[in-house]
Amino acid sequence: MNVADPTEELVSHKDPQHHITSPATYYLIFGVLLILTAVTVGVAFVDLGRMNTPVALAIAMSKATLVILYFMHVRHSTRLTWVILIASFMTVGILFVLTLADYLTRGLLTY
Amino acid sequence: MSDTQPHHPALKHHFEDLGQQHEASTLGMWAFLTTEIMFFGPLFFAYALYRSQYSEAFVEASHHQNWKLGVTNTAVLIFSSLTVAMSVYFAQKNRHKALVVALALTLVLGIAFLGIKAIEYHEHFEEGLFPGSHFTYKSPLAPRVQMFFVLYFVMTGLHAVHMIVGIGIFTWLLIRARRKEFSLEYYGPVEVSGLYWHFVDIVWIFLFPLLYLVGRH
Amino acid sequence: MTTAVIDVPEIPEVEKTNYLNQEFGVMSWLLTQDHKRIGILYLLSVTVMFLLGGFFAVLMRLELVTPAGDLFSSDTYNKLFTLHGLVMIFFFLIPSIPAVLGNFILPIMLGARDLAFPKLNLLSWYLYMIGTAFSLVVVLLGGVDTGWTFYTPFSTSFSNTHVVLMIIGAFVAGFSSILTGFNFIVTIHRMRAPGLTWFRLPLFVWAMYATSIIMLLGTPVIAITLSLVAIERLLHVGIFDPAIGGDPLLFQHLFWFYSHPAVYIMILPAMGVTSEVIAAFTRRRIFGYKFVAFSSLAIAFLGFLVWAHHMFVAGISVYSAMIFSLLSFLVAIPSAVKVFNWTATLYKGSISIQTPMLFALGFIGLFLIGGMTGLFLATMGLDIHVHDTYFIVAHFHYVMVGGSVMAYFAGIHYWWPKITGRMYPEWWARVSAVLIFTGFNLTFFPQFILGYLGMPRRYHAYSPEFQILNVMSSAGASILAIGYALPMIYFAWSLKFGKAAGNNPWGAAGLEWQTTSPPPTENFHTTPVVTWEAYEYRPEWGGSNV
Repeated sequence: MNVADPTEELVSHKDPQHHITSPATYYLIFGVLLILTAVTVGVAFVDLGRMNTPVALAIAMSKATLVILYFMHVRHSTRLTWVILIASFMTVGILFVLTLADYLTRGLLTY
Repeated sequence: MSDTQPHHPALKHHFEDLGQQHEASTLGMWAFLTTEIMFFGPLFFAYALYRSQYSEAFVEASHHQNWKLGVTNTAVLIFSSLTVAMSVYFAQKNRHKALVVALALTLVLGIAFLGIKAIEYHEHFEEGLFPGSHFTYKSPLAPRVQMFFVLYFVMTGLHAVHMIVGIGIFTWLLIRARRKEFSLEYYGPVEVSGLYWHFVDIVWIFLFPLLYLVGRH
Repeated sequence: MTTAVIDVPEIPEVEKTNYLNQEFGVMSWLLTQDHKRIGILYLLSVTVMFLLGGFFAVLMRLELVTPAGDLFSSDTYNKLFTLHGLVMIFFFLIPSIPAVLGNFILPIMLGARDLAFPKLNLLSWYLYMIGTAFSLVVVLLGGVDTGWTFYTPFSTSFSNTHVVLMIIGAFVAGFSSILTGFNFIVTIHRMRAPGLTWFRLPLFVWAMYATSIIMLLGTPVIAITLSLVAIERLLHVGIFDPAIGGDPLLFQHLFWFYSHPAVYIMILPAMGVTSEVIAAFTRRRIFGYKFVAFSSLAIAFLGFLVWAHHMFVAGISVYSAMIFSLLSFLVAIPSAVKVFNWTATLYKGSISIQTPMLFALGFIGLFLIGGMTGLFLATMGLDIHVHDTYFIVAHFHYVMVGGSVMAYFAGIHYWWPKITGRMYPEWWARVSAVLIFTGFNLTFFPQFILGYLGMPRRYHAYSPEFQILNVMSSAGASILAIGYALPMIYFAWSLKFGKAAGNNPWGAAGLEWQTTSPPPTENFHTTPVVTWEAYEYRPEWGGSNV
């Protein structure tokens, strides 16, 4: 071994995620989630035609996003965590899109 | 690895330090949640497919769901996600007693969720809506209504299994928290268990509108 | 680059204590958390399952010597090909290189003391064993006849065999591979030795990383899909049941969503081994290192986009079939990139033909044929003609056996000195490599012709004009069997009588060759610090060992 401690320059041990989210943030998100739940129910009883389902899904996605960003600390997480999350959603997305590509295009071509 | 400092009792021998261990366990939990997303994903797809094909039957089926119990359960789970997030905070702040309370509250809420679910399942059974040989529901759309309930029981059943596992995990956390094992230096298990619990909550956030609120207008 | 000082950790002269003899007793093995011992546990169990799957193949090839279905009833034959497929795919091919070689070598290649989650590693082996137990019970109770593909509604409503038990076995084995996958990913991200940046990693690591991604993303899909089949069977309800409006094609979409990427789980590790062996036996850096590294990731990604090429004649829409056909062509590109780069590495390399190299070269040639015939099958027009014929059987055996199994043998021979501290007998090993190559081609090449001429797969009786080719195929299978049996004998022999290997019998680059053979339990006495590039060869490491 050469220098004093060659590991010093080459090692990068990051400190654990010491970011401490404040309780105030948690309570705020909690409140918003409850409100959005109420909205989901309320909107369900209003006739929006074909928009009912997209609206319900949009609200659900917003709630999920809040939980992911704040309760699951993704807002302050490493880039790798983001990559993993996005890769997972992309894969589910591939499942949905390419399979629906079959179902939605059946019967378009008649022999 | 410096041998001049005593090892934290929770440091595993193959890691250099607690920082590396924390990062590894967090990454591991995220990788595991990826598998869970792919585990529930196909069920949501099957649901989307059949709902688009049999929309009338799915509306009829969804009207048999007790939406009030469903929204209560949603609120219960969201509240439990709050207690879980607060338990991470308390662990980081070395507030052992508050941590124990937060974990215990999480457990209570989780069990409440399962209790409400059991009531719902019982109601469905009584109405003859349980798929298979006990399905006695009569309607011109009965076969497709049964399809809805197959998906309902599989999806919420799988979710409930995950809740039970979560309750087991948090019970173990509670025992460890009472022994004051967690601190700012070492709170990884609380954090990663929390990630799991939040994931299960998110699944329910999607299940609720899709199963309970179809065509309610 | 060539003047960099290598920080090689000091290795004591005489290494008597290693992971094999540090502790004795059955429990020290059954409760071990040492990734090396777990790799050995997998080696033993995977070999048993290989023999079981091979046994079913032998029975099938015996039946197919004559055109009439005279050795077994058609029901029994259905069980034979089902069990052959299930055992070979779920219990041999998928775990083979990752769980045996990956478990053993990966942490050492990274300069780590173990994988990130040693207990989960042990759990993965136990889950694998539970899976094999279920499948053995199924075999003893009379087998399954649905085909390894479990197509509905036969598997859900009409088969009278032990479908649910088999599903449980496959399900549990699937979780075993999930655990292995995320153990590898976390280890590669967080436990590399100081100085070991991503582009200094051996290409085997890149291959295992890509494989692990597929394991994580794909396996849960088949887990839930097979669970639904089991639920449908047990409770007589289901989502694939046409009587209540279910869609059998939904099953096929979900099934192949995993099962196609699964074949990349089987081939990517093989490609990783090939990169290591080619580098070692040409004493060169792999040409186009970054291209090879990224091609592994590209295969993992593109592999998820092509699954419905298994369903061209199943009733999917023509438009989606065209999309999947196009995407299937694309996935061939990164594979071809690898083959070109290996070839370029060989050109003007300092080549020595030892057994691992023989297997690796065999891999390249046979994978080439298998891969090219895959392109034929991606072509919708041709696939409609040869779907469900022996052409398909030949294609996938070329990539899975001529490909993956060859590379598995290459890896076992290459790392055997490291794992056991002993050399295998080189002459016998070369004989078995030649027998395997010859037997393999004699077995499977005629099947391309058979399939093109129209012989269907999964039939135990066939039209008499196909007999000559079938006899050739069965004859080849007997040679192949001898070729596979020989290593079992000489590897066992080498444990007691093999020459001592020394730390680096091949003179190869890579951290695993910088520690003793066999390694100590903690892999390295001091954590290595890496200041050199991947595959940087040094003359002082010596040469080949024959």
